[in-house]
Amino acid sequence: MNVHNTAGSDKAGVLEKTFTIQGGDFIRAGEVSSTIKKVLKEIGMDPQIIRRAAIASFEAEINVVCYADHGTVHLTITPDELRIVAEDRGSGIADIELAMQEGFSTATEEIREMGFGAGMGLPNIKKNVDRLFIESTTGEGTRLEMVIEIKPRGTTEMQ
Amino acid sequence: MTLKEVKDLLHGEVLCGDELLDSTQIDKAFAADLLSDVLAYAKERTLLITGITNQQVVRTVEMLELCGIVFVRGKKPDAETITLARSKHIPMLTTRYIMFETCGRLYQRGVRGCIECA
Repeated sequence: MNVHNTAGSDKAGVLEKTFTIQGGDFIRAGEVSSTIKKVLKEIGMDPQIIRRAAIASFEAEINVVCYADHGTVHLTITPDELRIVAEDRGSGIADIELAMQEGFSTATEEIREMGFGAGMGLPNIKKNVDRLFIESTTGEGTRLEMVIEIKPRGTTEMQ
Repeated sequence: MTLKEVKDLLHGEVLCGDELLDSTQIDKAFAADLLSDVLAYAKERTLLITGITNQQVVRTVEMLELCGIVFVRGKKPDAETITLARSKHIPMLTTRYIMFETCGRLYQRGVRGCIECA
C-alpha cells in the first residue's frame, strides 16, 4: 500500500511531476498549486480529493515563499494515493510541535499584510491530508510529505 | 440569489466575469481579510467578501473553488489581479459599502455563513 520512491514513469498508473518555487516571490505564489490542480482535473481525480490536495499544496507553497530561499514540490500519483512532497532550503522550523498549534506563527509583517501568517497553515494541511510527515533543520530547510489516500472508485480509475 | 442580484443590492461595480453574474447562484458567504482563515474555513461555492486585493486572493478562491469575490470599502485590485481572475473564470465585484454593511445586506436577503461555528 505504501509506495516509496516510485522511480519510474514506466510503472503503470504512476504519474510524477516536479515543480520549483522561488522563495520571496509573492506574486507567483500559488502557480504550482494551480498547475497541480489542473493536472488532477485532467486525469479525472475525485473533486473532493482535488480540493484537499489544492489546499494542502497551496499552504505548503505559501510557506516556501514566506520562509525559504527556494524549494521544490514533487507530486506522485499512484492508484492508491496522491503524494505531495514540498522540500525547501530555508529557515526551517525550530519547534515542529509548536508550529502545528493553531495560531502559532513566526510570520513577518510583510506576510501578514498579504493576509497570511496567522498560524493556520500547518494545522490546515494536517486537516486536509491523511498523513503528514514533517522534517526540518533550523537554518537548512524543511521537508513536508503530504499523502492523500485515493479510495478505489469505479469512476475515478486512472488506467 | 444570483451574483447579479448581489451586485444590484450592493450597488457594486463589476471588475470581471460580467457574463457569469446571472448563472452564479449565491446562498452562502465568508467574510475575512485573513486569507489563512479563508483557507481553513471557507467551503466551496461560497462568495468571498474581503478587503484584501492582492493576487493571493484570486489564488485562494481558485484553490477552494469559491464562486466569486466582493471587495469592500471601494477597494479594487490591480490590472494583473483582474486578468488572473478573468483567466480563472472568477467573477469579481467591488462595493463602496464596508464589510459589516455588505454582510448585513446579504444576510437580510437570505445569504448565510458557510459554517455555523469555526
